[in-house]
Amino acid sequence: MAAAPDATLAAAPGAATAALPDGRWRPLEVAFWLLVVLVLLALPDYRVLASQILITGLFAVSLDLILGYAGIVSLGHAAFFGLGAYTAGLLAVHGWGEPLSGLLTAAAVAAAAGFLVSLLVVRGSDLTRLMVTLGIGLMLYEAANKAASVTGGVDGLSGVTMWKVLGLWSFDLGGRTACFYSLAVLFGLFVLMRRLVNSPLGLSLRGIREGGKRMPALGAPVARRLRTIFTVSAAVAGVAGALLAQTTQFVGIDTLGFPRSAELLVMLVLGGVGRLYGGLVGAALFILAQDWLAGLSPVYWQLGIGILLIVVVLFARGGVLGGLATLREHLLRKRP
Amino acid sequence: MLGSLAGVLFDGIAYGSLLFIIAIGLSVTLGLMNFVNLAHGAFAMLGGYVTVVAMSRMGVPFLAALPAAFLLAALAGVVLERTLYQRLYRASHLDQVLFSIGLVYVSIAVATYFFGPSQQPVELPPMLRGQIEIAGRGFGAYRLFLIGVVAVLTVALHLLMERTRFGAMVRASVDNAVAAAGLGINVNRVFALTFALGSGLAGLGGGLGIDVLGLDPTFPLKFMVYFLLVVAVGGVGTIKGPLIAALLLGVFDVAGKYYVPQVGGFIIYALMVVLLLLFPLGLYGRRA
Repeated sequence: MAAAPDATLAAAPGAATAALPDGRWRPLEVAFWLLVVLVLLALPDYRVLASQILITGLFAVSLDLILGYAGIVSLGHAAFFGLGAYTAGLLAVHGWGEPLSGLLTAAAVAAAAGFLVSLLVVRGSDLTRLMVTLGIGLMLYEAANKAASVTGGVDGLSGVTMWKVLGLWSFDLGGRTACFYSLAVLFGLFVLMRRLVNSPLGLSLRGIREGGKRMPALGAPVARRLRTIFTVSAAVAGVAGALLAQTTQFVGIDTLGFPRSAELLVMLVLGGVGRLYGGLVGAALFILAQDWLAGLSPVYWQLGIGILLIVVVLFARGGVLGGLATLREHLLRKRP
Repeated sequence: MLGSLAGVLFDGIAYGSLLFIIAIGLSVTLGLMNFVNLAHGAFAMLGGYVTVVAMSRMGVPFLAALPAAFLLAALAGVVLERTLYQRLYRASHLDQVLFSIGLVYVSIAVATYFFGPSQQPVELPPMLRGQIEIAGRGFGAYRLFLIGVVAVLTVALHLLMERTRFGAMVRASVDNAVAAAGLGINVNRVFALTFALGSGLAGLGGGLGIDVLGLDPTFPLKFMVYFLLVVAVGGVGTIKGPLIAALLLGVFDVAGKYYVPQVGGFIIYALMVVLLLLFPLGLYGRRA
């Protein structure tokens, strides 16, 4: 975590090292979101894949909040994703298919669980955190697996019927509503999270990440800060899970599984930790690559992702966006 | 009820001793170098496949295949340690986690490529099959054998660690790597050797465990938690801690699955979270 750069995607060259974040939207960020909308409009055949990317992107950004900004390594973040998915799914199965209130309920449930887990997570070292998050993720998986009468067990929860979004757009097979609904939720939450990490809370989190022992001396309540961000992160992950449940109208038990937590870490690191956009870029790259490689053979996929991880850790710290930022600085410095 | 209790205890101890022999190497990795190695199970899997291949394709008897499993896993351990692991000793825990997850994925893919996704069968020699009568009760011969092997290995390990110069060097390096290096101990080499020993024991455990734990490409993921748990609960730097933790874990897991199958693996995970919070340094913790 030591040298994770804090610059957002489009930080001006000097700003990466200095200055408080001012929260202004930079041209590159605007271009990024316009590009996303354009791609969605231009490629209607890929909307199912696209909404998968958007949802996973939101999930990855939620992990970035705790990993990139607070420095908490979690191996069980899928617990909150799955909780959100099951909450929204169960609500719909039992007759309440209104999407937005479903998202809110999922967020509330995941946030409550996140708060409880955060009480355990703020204690202890990296290793304890790792194991506790891992253990809680596995516990929830086992619980969902054994409570088959409620959750459908390994067969998953089907029969999720959603009402129209805002009473206007019904979920269609082509994924048009799903995709723009996901985009709207992602963008809305992204704006909030962007605001959050640029706030004094976000700054003090970075301080904790860089030197947890010095922050109390500055008067920062370390444990409370960590609890707050962990809860927020869990809530966002819950919304991502709920989105998946609502748009696919199905909840598989794999939403809670360890592989999902591990893959999430992978995509975040691939995209770049500690810069919000890294989660989005990483999710897009990861899912596109998965779509392509796993189509060839699942074995290639696992081999590819494994080697990629080892290479990223050994040679390309900072992921894609980190690499781009370094390249950019390099080019700008060369200029007279 | 009492009869089944004895059976559960027996099975649990056999299971726990397997976990111990596989996980003891991880205790060194995690304790000596503070390296979060999630890929430790991959060495056990390697040992398992070496055993299967030696037996089914080369006709080596089971008992002769086990030393090969030990040697090849130890070799793989030393090669990986020198080429990859040692680059990351000073890296953050996140990097170590990602790196070792990467290694797990690679090992799963390679195993699937060569052996397919199915469970591998193992044919035990006739004398290890069936039951042995002790005090009017039947015990699985293979599990008795397992407990015996692990007991012998544990005593050997204990002697190695407590009575030999090498053991003293390992203990010194665990307690304080800097001071140990200052006294002229080549900490890097001590670690490479211990890593090899740990990987080898994992490989041996993987070979021994095919009949109990099963063997398929997802092995390193499936049992990762168990190995981590043995180390985290047992603490590092001792043999006693992980041994007790592994036996407890084995007995609780078997008992849980036998008496309350509805909750399944839940007990183990809950136990892990509780123990971790109560004993952040492990039952016999003396982290450097």
